[in-house]
Amino acid sequence: MEGLPRPAKRLLELRVNGDRREVAVEPRSTLLEALRYVLGLTGSKQGCDKGDCGACTVLVDGRPHLACISLALEAAGHDITTIEGLARGGHVHPVQDAFDLCGALQCGFCQPGTMLSAAALLEENPRPSREEIKQALSGNLCRCTGYTKILEAVEVASGQRQVAEKDPRPTTGDPP
Amino acid sequence: MSATYGVLGRRLRKLDGLKKATGEALYADDLHLPRMLHCKLLRSPHAHARVRKVDFTRALAHPGVVAVLEGKEIPTRYGIIPWTQDETALAVGKVRFIGDAVAAVAAVDELAAEEALSLVDVDYEPLPALVEPEDALKPGACLIHEPSKHGNVSKHVDLAFGDVDAALRNSAAAVDQEFFYAGSAHAPIEPHCALANYDADGNLTLWSSTQIAHYVHRELSRVLEIPETRIRVVQPFVGGAFGGKSDPFALEFVVAKLAMKTGRPVKCLYTREEEFWAHRGRHPMKMRFQVGLAQDGRIEAVQSKILIDGGAYSSFGLVTAYYAGQLLTGPYQFGTYHFDSTRVFTNKPPCGPKRGHGSVQPRFAFEVALDMAAEKLKLDPIDVRRRNFIGEQVRTVNGQLITSNGFLQCLDAVEKASGWKARRGKLGPGRGLGVAGSMYISGTAYPIYPNEMPQSGIQVKLDRSGRVTIFSGGSDIGQGTNSLPAYLIAEEIGCDPRDCTVVVSDTDLTPVDLGSYSSRGTFMIGIACVEAGQRLWAQLSQAVAEHWGVAPAQVDGQLGTLFVEGTDHRMSFKEAVCVAEAKFGTLGATGSYRTQKLGGDYRGGTIGASPAYSFTAHVAEVRVDTETGVWTVERVWAAHDCGRALNPTLVEGQIEGSVYMGWAEAAMEEMTYYPTGLHRGPSLLDYRIPTSVDTPELSALIVESHDPNGPHGAKEAGEGPLHPVIPAISNAIHDAVGVRLTTLPFHPGRVLELLRQKEKGAC
Repeated sequence: MEGLPRPAKRLLELRVNGDRREVAVEPRSTLLEALRYVLGLTGSKQGCDKGDCGACTVLVDGRPHLACISLALEAAGHDITTIEGLARGGHVHPVQDAFDLCGALQCGFCQPGTMLSAAALLEENPRPSREEIKQALSGNLCRCTGYTKILEAVEVASGQRQVAEKDPRPTTGDPP
Repeated sequence: MSATYGVLGRRLRKLDGLKKATGEALYADDLHLPRMLHCKLLRSPHAHARVRKVDFTRALAHPGVVAVLEGKEIPTRYGIIPWTQDETALAVGKVRFIGDAVAAVAAVDELAAEEALSLVDVDYEPLPALVEPEDALKPGACLIHEPSKHGNVSKHVDLAFGDVDAALRNSAAAVDQEFFYAGSAHAPIEPHCALANYDADGNLTLWSSTQIAHYVHRELSRVLEIPETRIRVVQPFVGGAFGGKSDPFALEFVVAKLAMKTGRPVKCLYTREEEFWAHRGRHPMKMRFQVGLAQDGRIEAVQSKILIDGGAYSSFGLVTAYYAGQLLTGPYQFGTYHFDSTRVFTNKPPCGPKRGHGSVQPRFAFEVALDMAAEKLKLDPIDVRRRNFIGEQVRTVNGQLITSNGFLQCLDAVEKASGWKARRGKLGPGRGLGVAGSMYISGTAYPIYPNEMPQSGIQVKLDRSGRVTIFSGGSDIGQGTNSLPAYLIAEEIGCDPRDCTVVVSDTDLTPVDLGSYSSRGTFMIGIACVEAGQRLWAQLSQAVAEHWGVAPAQVDGQLGTLFVEGTDHRMSFKEAVCVAEAKFGTLGATGSYRTQKLGGDYRGGTIGASPAYSFTAHVAEVRVDTETGVWTVERVWAAHDCGRALNPTLVEGQIEGSVYMGWAEAAMEEMTYYPTGLHRGPSLLDYRIPTSVDTPELSALIVESHDPNGPHGAKEAGEGPLHPVIPAISNAIHDAVGVRLTTLPFHPGRVLELLRQKEKGAC
């Protein structure tokens, strides 16, 4: 294809991680493109650009959403949370801390999406069973971990499991 | 360093874990430079064709297009193995598979580049497509690489150790079985990406999702014909690799050349589809295995004939053909051994090194054949493996030196954890247990290109603030190579690992490390770290000892404090650095891992030679539905001898990831092609990889044999633990329902067909 004529860009307001940001996008632009390439929020990853891998997962009004197959224009008026917005007040989210403690982060590429899915699960269901965790994360492919440490990390984040040995040194995960 | 460990063996966080957890970590596609152009590659629709002409007239007229590139502008052949360089960045005269890169376009945005690809006019002259290795071997078959002394044979290896035929004839139980191991893909979640900048001073910088920055550096210099001093290769965070980023790839040369042509930064990001074209995944292998056992179960003879489908280019194929035989000779003592492996070019995406390079396929075949032979002698599958244990400080039948060996402890661990003795044979219909073992290298003794220099280097700088900066060429692809130097150096010099900055994989800043392949990182980088750390500790302890008026040997240090046990002498690491800097001047040290002379005394005897071998045993428990052929793994117990677990959490992660990846190959993964050579489904929807719901429960069990040569006894953990799971599952399915799965993947349809055959035979 030589390409369709390019329609004019449209201005929209995105509410991302609590910030109100104006962005100009083509009507065809995906939410992932707007986040990564317009706003520079590169924590959301592109693994397949087809909605198969889940690396682009962001929260839209608190629910996991595949940003690579969502139009940016559709996101207007909704609250979007990316991995950059999961930590609050200088402290990482319990899910982020648990992923680090448990060794769930190997290459880390799929994990922003996975951690957002996990955070959304715990918001809705603070003490999920292992089966419920597996189901909630089934849209986030991970190629490194075999999922074991991810599932354990969600159990740790939800207070249902203790880590074998807690790295005693302070991190941004510890309360002030 | 202290008498007891303060850092090693503990479940410490990774240095970069929270960067990854918060999205701070930057991967190649997260990098943007002003004026950056986007590049796309045009790929061949033909499996095999001559390229008569590439015409860019229409593409160049497309709005947004800035530059184009064709093969003849960068015609130098490259390849990871110096003796088999047969690739060009873009086709020069010929394409060899559907998806081979032909031309490139750089434009102001990705969409314009993509659109312009359809405006590149290529005149192809199609040639016969040789899709199956048997077709490529037929007399008179069209040559995929011309000229060629050996037809379409990429590499042939034939090595014999002892009179295997006589031993087979004399064996009490012999098995002769054919196997097929399907090809599979690495499928890292991050696609390949590279960004190049050619600055005003004539220096080229390439940021690439590579696991071999050093080799990319060398090959860029050769292909672009500019000195290595003018090239800097930087590896940002890499989103998974598994061997799939250990060749130089077309996009790296193309963005570099386009950056030089345009004077602007150029980026290329492969699509998920292109990941399947670039490939370098697991080689499909057709294998015939003959195994002969003595009455007491000792392995008298092993013979294999292996046909390896290499795809269109050599990649690591020379090594693959050797590894298919050379890495099988442990953890068991073979009486005699003969292997004959042939790697053949075909018109398909090139295969290469996937986790457990070259040895996962024959390991599957051998461990199933061993079970079959043991069954004839009515021997317990774990007992027969124990009986053949090769031991420590011994040579294998092909001349490799085994130093430490925790294989028996691995067998004990999985036997106990799985309840093997109490449960096997008593699980009820359709359920079973299977076992398998394996061995793997901790790095190859010899570098890929012959040289006398170290394979790994480390530089450490101590700042009077107490900050320790470590420069490491190591390539972290998720396994923790960025953290390893901090753990080891901190242990040696008594600082807190959190006070270390590890500067990694940047050819301008860091000493050479050959890259993340052949499970070499922990062993080789680790030894370099220990050497550098010991040199610094000699200075620190001497200066501090003088300060306190004690002997240097009395000074101890751990986690940020130096002290003399049983006294009041204590000072912070920062103070110790100041005392030492006052005495010696600016503080810094280097460490290296140097190649040892190892291997068998014959041609090819150094391939497969490693300074240390890891050992693994798995037990898999399966449940098979005999109505549908659907099988599930209830649990895999995986015991791995990693020498010493420098960080048990990271070792477990490697074991679990390996077991998952091997199980996935047994269960579902396969690169499949139409007869034309077209991939049947180059996407993650069609090429299915397991989700959290699919993956079975995994139990990682660490065994520590404390290798005498490893850094604090450590060996590899990243690849060895993949091997046994596949045969363990096949053996478990046999235990459950009495059929032998010899063809991967073990689709339910295959299981059902075997069950029906068995039923007929029984009637």
